[in-house]
Amino acid sequence: MPELNLTSAPAHLRHGSNIGQPLTRRDGILKVKGQATYAADNHPPGMLFAVMAVSGIAHGRVTSLDVAAAKRHPGVVDVMTPDHKPALAIDPEIKTNPFVFRMEVLQSNEVRYANQPIAVVIAETLEAATEGAALLAPRYEPLPALVGLDAGESFVPPVVGVGNPTELHRGDVEAGLASAEKQIDAIYETPPQYHNAMEPHAIVASWDGDRLQIDMPTQGLMLSLARIAELFGIAHDKIHIRSPFLGGGFGSKGLMAGPPTLGIMAAKLVGRPVKLVLRREQMYGPVGHRAPTRQRLRIGADGEGRLTALDHHARTVSSTFDDFYEPAADASHTLYAAPAIRTSHDAVRVNTGTPLFMRAPGEATGSIALESAIDEMAWACGIDPLAFRLKNYAEVEPMTGRPFSSKALRACYAQGAARFGWAKRPLQPRQMRDDAGLLVGWGMGTATFPALMFQAEARAAIRRDGSGVMEIGAHDMGQGAWTALAQIAADAVGLDIDRVEFKAGTSDLPDAGIAGGSAHTATAGAAIHSAGAAVIAKLADLATKDERSPLFGAGNAGVIARDGRLIRRDDESRSESYAEILARAGVAEVEARGTGAPNPAAMEEYAMHAHGAVFAEVKVDPELGQARVTRMVGAFAAGRIVNPHLVKSQLFGGMIWGLSFALHEEAITDRRSGRIMNANLGEYHIPVNADVPPLDVITVEEHDPHVNALGIKGVGEIGITGSAGAVANAVWHATGVRVRRFPIRIEELLTQP
Amino acid sequence: MKPFDYVRPATVTEAVAAAAQPGAVYLAAGTNLLDLMKGGVSRPDRLVDVTHLDGLDAIETLADGSLRIGALVSNADLAHDAEFARSYPAVAEALLSGASAQLRNAATVGGNLLQRTRCAYFYDSVSRCNKREAGSGCDARDGENRGHAVLGWSESCIATHPSDFCVPLVALDAVVEIEGRNGRREIELDALHRLPGNTPERESALEPGDLIVAVRLPPAARGFSAHARYLKVRERTSYAFAVVSAAAALRIENGRIAEARLALGGVAAKPWRARAAEDVLRGVAPTADAFQEAAWRALTDAKPSSDNAFKIELARRIVVRALTLAAAGTPARIPALPASPFASTSGAIHA
Ligand SMILES: Cc1cc2nc3c(=O)[nH]c(=O)nc-3n(C[C@H](O)[C@H](O)[C@H](O)COP(=O)(O)OP(=O)(O)OC[C@H]3O[C@@H](n4cnc5c(N)ncnc54)[C@H](O)[C@@H]3O)c2cc1C
Ligand code: SF4
Repeated sequence: MPELNLTSAPAHLRHGSNIGQPLTRRDGILKVKGQATYAADNHPPGMLFAVMAVSGIAHGRVTSLDVAAAKRHPGVVDVMTPDHKPALAIDPEIKTNPFVFRMEVLQSNEVRYANQPIAVVIAETLEAATEGAALLAPRYEPLPALVGLDAGESFVPPVVGVGNPTELHRGDVEAGLASAEKQIDAIYETPPQYHNAMEPHAIVASWDGDRLQIDMPTQGLMLSLARIAELFGIAHDKIHIRSPFLGGGFGSKGLMAGPPTLGIMAAKLVGRPVKLVLRREQMYGPVGHRAPTRQRLRIGADGEGRLTALDHHARTVSSTFDDFYEPAADASHTLYAAPAIRTSHDAVRVNTGTPLFMRAPGEATGSIALESAIDEMAWACGIDPLAFRLKNYAEVEPMTGRPFSSKALRACYAQGAARFGWAKRPLQPRQMRDDAGLLVGWGMGTATFPALMFQAEARAAIRRDGSGVMEIGAHDMGQGAWTALAQIAADAVGLDIDRVEFKAGTSDLPDAGIAGGSAHTATAGAAIHSAGAAVIAKLADLATKDERSPLFGAGNAGVIARDGRLIRRDDESRSESYAEILARAGVAEVEARGTGAPNPAAMEEYAMHAHGAVFAEVKVDPELGQARVTRMVGAFAAGRIVNPHLVKSQLFGGMIWGLSFALHEEAITDRRSGRIMNANLGEYHIPVNADVPPLDVITVEEHDPHVNALGIKGVGEIGITGSAGAVANAVWHATGVRVRRFPIRIEELLTQP
Repeated sequence: MKPFDYVRPATVTEAVAAAAQPGAVYLAAGTNLLDLMKGGVSRPDRLVDVTHLDGLDAIETLADGSLRIGALVSNADLAHDAEFARSYPAVAEALLSGASAQLRNAATVGGNLLQRTRCAYFYDSVSRCNKREAGSGCDARDGENRGHAVLGWSESCIATHPSDFCVPLVALDAVVEIEGRNGRREIELDALHRLPGNTPERESALEPGDLIVAVRLPPAARGFSAHARYLKVRERTSYAFAVVSAAAALRIENGRIAEARLALGGVAAKPWRARAAEDVLRGVAPTADAFQEAAWRALTDAKPSSDNAFKIELARRIVVRALTLAAAGTPARIPALPASPFASTSGAIHA
């Protein structure tokens, strides 16, 4: 039974057996029956439909819109343009904090990227609004579009990712390279990718005076609420957002973007509720994406295959009007024990919507390059790729010298390799064929992702009938928060999961922070855990101070909360149920709040990361160049596993995304116009079932006393890292062809058979 | 969406009359047409829904041994017709390699033949496209043209026809039955799709109002059932259009090729019959050398654009492989991954 300690010396213990259970999604049946209400399923009375008209050019100015033609169309109610729109309380170009990105909400006629909203048509039906938008027939004054990684003068951004230093180094990289026996100097390219959540961005907004009701998928209820309050100049308590379910977010629904803001503006303009849903192709622009990268890796190794230096430079792009820099080179900070490491970034500006975090931002792009380069070096040294990684195993975080809070990567390597049968891998590429003559290759990659924590608050209550309540404005993006957090909640108040009413997904609940950075379960879980501790303490107080209670006087000894009862810690024969305690005290309920936050002291002292090892088998047709992954094993150590069933799904999803990164995904940008030519799920390829082999996930036991009270590291993103490189390395091992531009294309494998 | 009329004629004659009006188009399952309408690429005034017409959904063997497939037979029903799959295995394999199960359940024979190109610039109504808007230019010519044609293209259009189904059909000399304003006529499938020339907007030999009522496979088409395959290279294992594909069908007598049929998909604005390659195979033994020679013949006239030179070499290799697979014999069952390089179960010869 897991024992949950909030602090190292808790007054009271709580025992529960909910955490660790492979419960199936509690909202699964709702979803299967179509009864889970996603944002766009809401239809308040009198609702109108808004459709965005978006720019056909990537750079320039809109010179005319045929508003009259659109308005003449039957059913069209109004057309919102830069000249006709409700005023905002604050200029959307002003960045009030680092988590505010500039957005296009019709503030001018300027066009900064293709698919930028340039007008919004509001109509009685979706069809009328759609046709109204087409009838606007915009004219432009175009300017040349900046496209691609060489679009212009490069510059060194002030920070990358979320405030990471652009350059970091430890040791003398040039000396390390100069002294190396073997050197790798290779350039890898990754393409722009789009989040493509199944559920498009959507909003249903209704104003009632200065009160605003919103249905909108968001990964950050309070961040969105604060931004809306600021943009519309209304108090926080006038806004209510419901976001009970997200059909995926992957980072693109984290921060308030232009399109939902336009939905709120449209509702204000017409004085009626408005629904605005993006079309799939409209998601390729205003709601973020993963920027392309070109990464140069220079690695040195001595005669024994020990790294002497690792230099990782990444070029990326940002938009012409805002800053987000894919921190690709940072992937080299943690994994391999080179005595000298340097990571650096530079960037160019292009006519694109501002890039954003996309599942494993920086880690995914950086990992495929790093893991490829490590593989190249292992080959250059004539050493098995796993043996090479073990030789260069980082006992402390190489970039900082800090010890790891926990690191079961060796066990991941060992268990993954054993399950996969890695020991039988020939060192040389192009050695294996299957019965049908297909080339077979085995590759591996190391996975890593930081164990992050944000800030969250939760409210817990124990009610007169002995049941519990846990409230937190947490977000279920499909990862299973409704289930996993409810499990933590149940243990937090020492009740069975069915005895706890778990409330989440609305903005009137305590702030759960952002569901991102693989930190939501840890952060929200910590808040829930401490709210539970606080409410149990209050309950214990009621009992231990009451002479009528069998627990009277147990205050110092402490009690254990288990299964709806408080039990004296030093004498388990003395106990009392929650209901009895509250009934006697004559109170309807006790409640308390708790918070979850990172522990700065622990962060200072330790490097905190989840780790994993991914092994992939790929088959490639020797003449035709088509590749397919046929087997994948991933072994991951990510601290405490709250729900093995959901965690497995998360890791599967990540591994599939990694496979996708290596072989499929790419937004094809016209090099002249800057338009994305495959902005649909027919042509923007992600793996289909036939591309996804049997996946085997091992969760390796890991106890981390430092990351947070629950020992949770997070599993949302790590699955991509390692996996992409493993697939790419397997393609090399199958064919002998090292492809350094991703996704790996057929033409690059059309070698001589 | 642009408002349009929707009519559901009761008879073929009524349908033809309704569709002959300017701005009218036929609607079959709509899996292609409705997408185009939603994207503003097709903006018809009137949809003539043919899915309720009687008598167009039969698969019948005619007295002379031909097979007649009604235009409304679904792609899935046709492929899953056991007798059909036995007699024309490459056609069934091609059908099953296309789109997804859901789309195949809906999509019709007629609609598959007349599906439009997947050229991204054609779909992107902001780009210049001679096919969408005659005379406006072709943004693919100097654009992202990795998937475009290497045979039969012109400076005005380098698009390909995306159908898998049409590739073995054209190899097997399929005939298209058409009902038009002047009654019934038929043309060879090979003559249905036009190469772009200077008029890429004119994609087929059909006139306004022409309704495809059936596709017919002549009696000789059955003669290839023992050695017929379809092979399709794509960018994911399933649910993707062909990068390049080929249908190969052989009649082998006494160890020699009595007759060969070969067609390529994904390389031109029409399913590409490779007659010159067929000629070099007639009367020779089915050897790797002969197949190489055929592959060279098939691509002699191929010309690339900026990004798609690889398709020429790929097409040669696919021809060799498809012929090799066909020579090895039609498998008893259609593979679980139809037409895939990963389907290889039946004695594929590899390097
Ligand atoms: C995501 C996706 C993936 C796909 N992948 C593939 C693939 O891998 N391989 C492949 O081959 N196809 C693929 N397809 C295309 C699919 O096969 C076609 O959309 C389908 O066959 C069209 O049939 P339909 O009945 O829906 O035609 P519709 O969309 O109704 O019509 C298509 C066209 O044919 C005309 N038409 C229809 N019937 C007749 C008739 N009887 N007489 C005259 N004109 C007619 C219509 O006017 C229209 O112009 C894919 C489609 C999608 C959406
Ligand atoms: S290739 Fe043909 S379809 Fe494509 S843009 Fe050019 S003209 Fe249009």
